[in-house]
Amino acid sequence: MQVEKFYYDNRIVKQFAFATILWGVVGMLAGLLIAVQIYLPAANFGLPFTTFGRVRPVHTNAVIFAFVGNGMFMGVYYSLQRLCKARMFNDTLSKIHFWGWQLIIVLAAVTLLAGYTSGKEYAELEWPIDILIALIWIVFGINMFGTIIKRRESHLYVAIWFFIATWITVTMLHVVNSFELPFSWLKSYSFYAGVQDALVQWWYGHNAVAFFLTTPYLGVMYYFLPKAANRPVYSYRLSIIHFWALIFLYIWAGPHHLLYTALPDWAQSLGTVFSIMLIAPSWGGMLNGLFTLRGAWDKVREDPILKFMVVAITCYGMSTFEGPMLSIKSVNAITHFTDWTIAHVHVGALGWNGFLTFGILYWIIPRIFNTPLYSKKLATNHFWIGTIGIILYVIPMYWAGFTQALMWKQFTEEGTLKFQFLETVTHIIPMYITRSIGGALYLSGVFIMVYNLIKTVKAGSLVADEAAEAPALEAHVETHSKQYWHRWIEARPIQMLLFSLVAVAIGGILELVPTFLIKSNIPTIAAVKPYTPLELQGRDIYVREGCYLCHSQMVRPFRDEVARYGEYSKAGEFVYDHPFQWGSKRTGPDLARVGGKYPNSWHFNHMQDPQSMSPGSIMPSYIWLYKNKIDTAITPAKIRAMITLGVPYPKGYDLQANADLMNQAKEIQENLKSEKLETPANAEIVALIAYLQRVGTDIKNAPKPTVAALSN
Amino acid sequence: MSVIIILLLASISVAALFLVAFLWSVKTGQYNDEMSPPMRMLLDSVPAKENTEPSKVESN
Repeated sequence: MQVEKFYYDNRIVKQFAFATILWGVVGMLAGLLIAVQIYLPAANFGLPFTTFGRVRPVHTNAVIFAFVGNGMFMGVYYSLQRLCKARMFNDTLSKIHFWGWQLIIVLAAVTLLAGYTSGKEYAELEWPIDILIALIWIVFGINMFGTIIKRRESHLYVAIWFFIATWITVTMLHVVNSFELPFSWLKSYSFYAGVQDALVQWWYGHNAVAFFLTTPYLGVMYYFLPKAANRPVYSYRLSIIHFWALIFLYIWAGPHHLLYTALPDWAQSLGTVFSIMLIAPSWGGMLNGLFTLRGAWDKVREDPILKFMVVAITCYGMSTFEGPMLSIKSVNAITHFTDWTIAHVHVGALGWNGFLTFGILYWIIPRIFNTPLYSKKLATNHFWIGTIGIILYVIPMYWAGFTQALMWKQFTEEGTLKFQFLETVTHIIPMYITRSIGGALYLSGVFIMVYNLIKTVKAGSLVADEAAEAPALEAHVETHSKQYWHRWIEARPIQMLLFSLVAVAIGGILELVPTFLIKSNIPTIAAVKPYTPLELQGRDIYVREGCYLCHSQMVRPFRDEVARYGEYSKAGEFVYDHPFQWGSKRTGPDLARVGGKYPNSWHFNHMQDPQSMSPGSIMPSYIWLYKNKIDTAITPAKIRAMITLGVPYPKGYDLQANADLMNQAKEIQENLKSEKLETPANAEIVALIAYLQRVGTDIKNAPKPTVAALSN
Repeated sequence: MSVIIILLLASISVAALFLVAFLWSVKTGQYNDEMSPPMRMLLDSVPAKENTEPSKVESN
């Protein structure tokens, strides 16, 4: 058999590794800033682009798509070449992939800080960037599948299956969730409205956790853990079984993010059942990883790389146990909207993704630079500081979440709510402070790693093209005839997968989306009317400033929530909400029924200086809304976009919209003047007040069926 | 809730793809050998003569 000589591309691995480190530091710095802002509102600096609502999406996007994203590509580009015994399919595609992804990250950071956001958590990027992501992702796909096709090893190691599943599913999720109608070069409205938007978003959101943060990292674990321990995986059969079980179950778990909302009950139950079933494959992966080290725990004691991996896998086990538990309705009733969720995701992000990435970096860098690691001791110190950081981060957050949830639900003996919302916030501020200390420790560990790796890189020199040799795979390249049928399929399964995916996705979705969705936007509650132009502008400011990151708009049908906020939310109330703004966290109170609750003057003063209206509040000031003018030039385009999406404005309303907008703004201006508050009618704050006064009020105008219904 | 139909369609088609991939992998004998793949991935296919890697071969 002919032995072929070829070279692994280590330069691209190096590039992704360096990008991982850089964006990791940036993302974690953003995280530390917002963690401090939570208890120190002055740290928002009174500037739009340093305020929590804009920095928080930068933190989540940077950590998920920049840090873990580049980490995933680093792991894939290193392991895939070696598992396939082939250089990456095409060096140019590798370069386009790398630089394209970095461009996306920079564009994302700039646009998010500038306030261009789609308003959907973890999918905040606007439409031009969404398109760019799709293109670069396809480049990655071609490069990956090309390498798989020209491999010199007929068996696909289990890690490769994880990479394939990642690519296919993320493609689908991104396409379906990013349906949006642009009305300017950087802004669009979600194609879906209200409940539908929420369902699509969390179907995406959960699967993003599954197929961006989990499956690629499991694949990477199955390569680097055996390599680092120098022993085969505990059970190869288990790895295969848990892979297939995991990907078949994960897709259905999304609705557990919407328990007790307006989503149909059967869909909620489906989500819960599949979430609970997920324990089995998830723990299959965790146990397989830990058992791989059976009889080798002495190595773990000495090797910081294995230490990182062991804690990473343990954290994976903990968060995948916790996830199913949080999907049980009665548990979710307590934990949802609290800091428990924040603790849960950080066990995954800091522990599983972060620690696995660090372990891999410590393993890869010395190898591609052909030199030993500069200091094992510093790496061990990094490990311990990071571990203590995780503990100091998550325990206060679990504590805070549980405490706050119980305080929210506490009634006095007289049957009234025991605590004001603000009391439940100030009570947990010590936990917020401890959390930021934990995060700072974790980040300082990362700085130790940066120093250690810089020293390592300087001591060595990059082996850009690493020589390797392997026999060619039995010839299947030029033989179309006289081959067994399965040989033909074996050479082309990937193309078949891709073509059928593209066909099904494009054909089915493009045809169905418009017809289905617009028809179903017919309101079920007659009193629910479209937003006025001023309210629409105000709503877009609400989205721009990221209000949904701290305020939910979804009153669940619980005694305490109805007592605190008002009538629970109905699906029919959200039919004109593009995008939905239900939120997932109540750092501040729910706003679903805020309309009409306070006078305009209260909002005016509150947005300027929240502490003046609610002493002890942790909300930042939004002073720029008082100077910025409403962008009326774009009102007609917004109305036209809404009409296209099926919102029933009268024909030609786009031309009249600005006149109505100014009339309503002047009314609010007059009303504020009567309370001695001066503002130009076209200030953004006026639009925001108009929106806030409208939220959740429509059903109050509905014809009251019976008097009994009002007794609450 | 008609959007559920789209999500089901998308989810089922991806699940169907995975099913095809799974059947393919079983039929082509990807899983006939469970012993050598986990061992093989531990070996680096470095050319014997110009092995510049710091030796990390251990007896196991």
